[in-house]
Amino acid sequence: MEKAGVKIGLEIHCQLTNLKTKLFCGCPSDYRGKEPNTTVCPVCLGIPGTLPRPNQKAVEDAVMVAVALSSHISEETVFYRKNYYYPDMSKNFQISQYDGGGGVPVATSGMISVEEDGIKIKVRVRRLQLEEDPAKLVHLGAIDTSPYTLVDYNRAGIALLEIVTEPDLTSPREARLLLQKLRSILEHLGVSDGSLEGAMRCDANISLAGGARTEVKNISSFKEVERALNFEVMRQRSLMARGLKAGQETRHWDETRRTTITLRTKEEEQDYRYFPEPDLTPMRIPGEMIESIRWRMPELPDARKDRFVKQYHLPPMSASVLTSEKALADFFEKCAHLYPNARQICNWITTDLLRCLHGQNLEIGESKITPANLVEMLRMIDEGVISGKIGKKILPEMVKTGSSPREVAHRHGLVRISEHEVLEKVVKSVFDEFPSAVKDALTDEKAVHYLVGQVMKRTEGRADPQLANKLIRERLRSKTPQVS
Amino acid sequence: MTEPHELTASEVARLIASGEATAEECVDSVIERIHAVERRVHAYITLDEEGARQKAKQIDQRIKERKPVGRLAGTVVAIKDNMCTQGTRTTCSSHMLESFIPPYDATAVERIKRADGVVIGKTNMDEFAMGTSTETSHFGPTYNPWDLTRVPGGSSGGSAAAVVCGETNLALGSDTGGSVRCPASFCSTVGLKPTYGLVSRYGLIAYANSLEQIGPLTKTVEDCATLLTVIAGHDERDCTTANLDVKDYTNHLKKPISKVRVGVVKELFGEGTHEGVAKTVMRGVDTLGELTSGYEEVSLPSLEYSLPAYYLIAMSEASSNLARYDGLRYGYRTPDESLEWGDTYSKTRMEGFGAEVRRRVILGSFALSAGYYDRYYLKALQVRTLVRRDFERAFSGFDVLVGPTMPLPPFKVGEKIKDPLELYMCDVDTVPVNLAGLPAISVPCGFFEGLPIGMQIIGRPFAEELILGVANAFEKSHRLEARSPPLR
Amino acid sequence: MAESHDKKTRRITIREVEHAAVLAKIGLAEDEKVQLTEQLDRILDYFHTIDQLNLNGVPPTHHVIELVNVLRDDSPQRTLPRKKALSNASKVEENFFKAPRIV
Repeated sequence: MEKAGVKIGLEIHCQLTNLKTKLFCGCPSDYRGKEPNTTVCPVCLGIPGTLPRPNQKAVEDAVMVAVALSSHISEETVFYRKNYYYPDMSKNFQISQYDGGGGVPVATSGMISVEEDGIKIKVRVRRLQLEEDPAKLVHLGAIDTSPYTLVDYNRAGIALLEIVTEPDLTSPREARLLLQKLRSILEHLGVSDGSLEGAMRCDANISLAGGARTEVKNISSFKEVERALNFEVMRQRSLMARGLKAGQETRHWDETRRTTITLRTKEEEQDYRYFPEPDLTPMRIPGEMIESIRWRMPELPDARKDRFVKQYHLPPMSASVLTSEKALADFFEKCAHLYPNARQICNWITTDLLRCLHGQNLEIGESKITPANLVEMLRMIDEGVISGKIGKKILPEMVKTGSSPREVAHRHGLVRISEHEVLEKVVKSVFDEFPSAVKDALTDEKAVHYLVGQVMKRTEGRADPQLANKLIRERLRSKTPQVS
Repeated sequence: MTEPHELTASEVARLIASGEATAEECVDSVIERIHAVERRVHAYITLDEEGARQKAKQIDQRIKERKPVGRLAGTVVAIKDNMCTQGTRTTCSSHMLESFIPPYDATAVERIKRADGVVIGKTNMDEFAMGTSTETSHFGPTYNPWDLTRVPGGSSGGSAAAVVCGETNLALGSDTGGSVRCPASFCSTVGLKPTYGLVSRYGLIAYANSLEQIGPLTKTVEDCATLLTVIAGHDERDCTTANLDVKDYTNHLKKPISKVRVGVVKELFGEGTHEGVAKTVMRGVDTLGELTSGYEEVSLPSLEYSLPAYYLIAMSEASSNLARYDGLRYGYRTPDESLEWGDTYSKTRMEGFGAEVRRRVILGSFALSAGYYDRYYLKALQVRTLVRRDFERAFSGFDVLVGPTMPLPPFKVGEKIKDPLELYMCDVDTVPVNLAGLPAISVPCGFFEGLPIGMQIIGRPFAEELILGVANAFEKSHRLEARSPPLR
Repeated sequence: MAESHDKKTRRITIREVEHAAVLAKIGLAEDEKVQLTEQLDRILDYFHTIDQLNLNGVPPTHHVIELVNVLRDDSPQRTLPRKKALSNASKVEENFFKAPRIV
């Protein structure tokens, strides 16, 4: 897609899923799958008279992310109230942060680097701040036709990290890559598990050829980001082609209909009346704290990629693919500890395994395959118990069911046939079926290969090709008329 | 002969401790008094007589078994109805919370219960603490026991009235711009607003968070010191409480105050001050002068601007604090089910809030809105800095600052309620203290034509011990025509 | 030359009161608007006395108590039993709080 003139900025909300409690109260943070309104307390329900208490680890996590994104960390940062009404708000104000009117968020001026086809792009981060998640709304059908709204406060108060980028992205694909990179960074830091539903959400701002900025909201996954933005680019291009201008507005991405629609609420008229939260104290982030966090910081994706190249002698692009998802990189390293040929593991993961996962719409963490399984399969190939081709065949079931390769291979009778007797029979039946080929094979190598191929076909690839070759040649020799 | 309901809490505690009276007897005498006068005074919104009797019985049982009992054992405590009491409705005197039953106790209430105070009921107040006369209550005003045609002050009018006419031994109020001290002055009781951060606000239904504190309303300074000791101290549930050791404020009540330097604040005797008030308070100041090293006048010029600054900050914070009342999780909800969510909220809040609350929330939203934030809210915060600085400067030359608590004696019910601005002006002497976060106590100082007048003693941050000591000495020396209203 | 009767600056107009009421999500009856505007105008006019002060270089005071970094450990506390959580709601459906429709 032609890049010229496209500018995209993202506003990303990441849940700090590895915290034990919410941001301003001690309610447990693992709300997924729980009965509605069971992980709540007077504070996150906004019961009158209650007061917020900030989670220390949330602040530390935010600072750690800020360090990882090479941001400028504020010496003193303050929580602000963002005042607006909505049924998912327990106090009708959100405790958040603000970078206007003297307010300072946790960090500013950071950077995330994204690699696209071997080229590194630097995306500037405008700000990084902490805020609380609103409640979950449940509707009967679509949001605008439901006769009422049901509210579940289990999610209300969960800690969110808001990361806003400058409009440095130049294509929808780059946007998706940025989100992937950010997710990988957060997972490597151990602050967020991006595979959890709703753990990373984003809104996008897009403009074409210096035109007006359109905000696109309600993007629920990385895949949807690319789709929604591709749609917007096309929509705006077609407007421009007709001599029209895209207006500055907010649009809502409709996943099912694959289109953006104008939001009826007058978003641009929202006056949030920000002011510092009087019930909370300012937070001072001393230089020593930042240094100690820098010291203890886990390995980040870029550093891990470099290490993979050095330590395991992997091609940079493959190392990139592996470290684009922490769970994938972890899987690789676990395999590498069990099996000496890291490059081979890498090849299998970056080609066939990923293909299987995508085919089943799974992330590595969601699939049942274990590093031990993959390594066992590689060993079976090494030992000639199965061929590489068979390996590719049994991989999907391994991914789906978590069964060992031995189990799967045996279940489907795919174990390599290396018994003489069995192969002899097959070779005999092939010879019987293709007499002309046999005749040709006495003089022509190509025909020999053809016969081997037929044996492989008949055994569904299970035959040991070398043994088959040997047996075929032996039989051919026996057919050669003896020269007296 | 002192009627039982005229006893101070300390006297009640002594009687119970010595075995001269049982907790049940003491609580019963208060209940009797309530039956006699409540219909005329209307201090309470909710009463739990049975619960009080039960608690008293339990205390007597423990005393009988020689088990330890708390410091407030057997004393009756009334709680202003903006502090959450678990299982007992807490209305803020508003239609909006008429049937709200909190699932938890405010920290101050918890501490009172732990000290074996007998919580008998919730007292009347101005709606959401917005008022100076207890006239904006959705449930009707409270009447001043000294003159039932007049207001008891506000917003903790119910608590003050109950204390002074014996409907309770002790009471809690809350003070955002004078709401403990004003009714203390109008009802001739002792009322203390602690230093900001001394008493936990957890469970105090917020009106203006950076200004308010829970404070005792009592008959005597000693009772005040006792109740303050029970409720004060760091609370991890409130991030704005100070990290101080728990003190017993009764320990140094009798400490000599002869070296204390008293500053008489010129601006508290400003233009709008009623002549009777000025005269009466100056008589009190004279008494103080004799007890201490004397007094001098001191000027704090920025105090003239503290009223607008106070109201701008209070209304702005209130507009945000009261946003949560939308009928969804608790509180009143409009019966009209035909509307979508936004209109439902608007109608609920229009119907659930009284006029004064609506006024302040709307004005507060305006003061915070885009284009006006700098002009109003931010400016008010700057004025606050000047007020603090003026106090700091004054405290470099004086140990306590004094003046009238209110610029006028208690006015008639209905007299000022029609003009919001006129009512706001009554707070002129109390709000500077809230802006600066300082401790201040109002003590009965005399009467003007039978109407109570209070004197205010202001201290440095966390100097409650000193101002209580000064107030205590004053109380013992200064002659008052009467201590209890002639209400049968 | 007749003197203008309305020399005083309006501090708030009816439109602004209406807008503020929208921000505050408080419905206003038609007959209330005029009186409310007059009241608010008077009040704001009085508030404008602070304009007489020179506030150049004066920092705002947000907190009167000087505390920083008051934070809490990331350890779970007891939650509210659902029955209690829902007990004050006027409309509940299948363990959810029931809100009006969103348009």
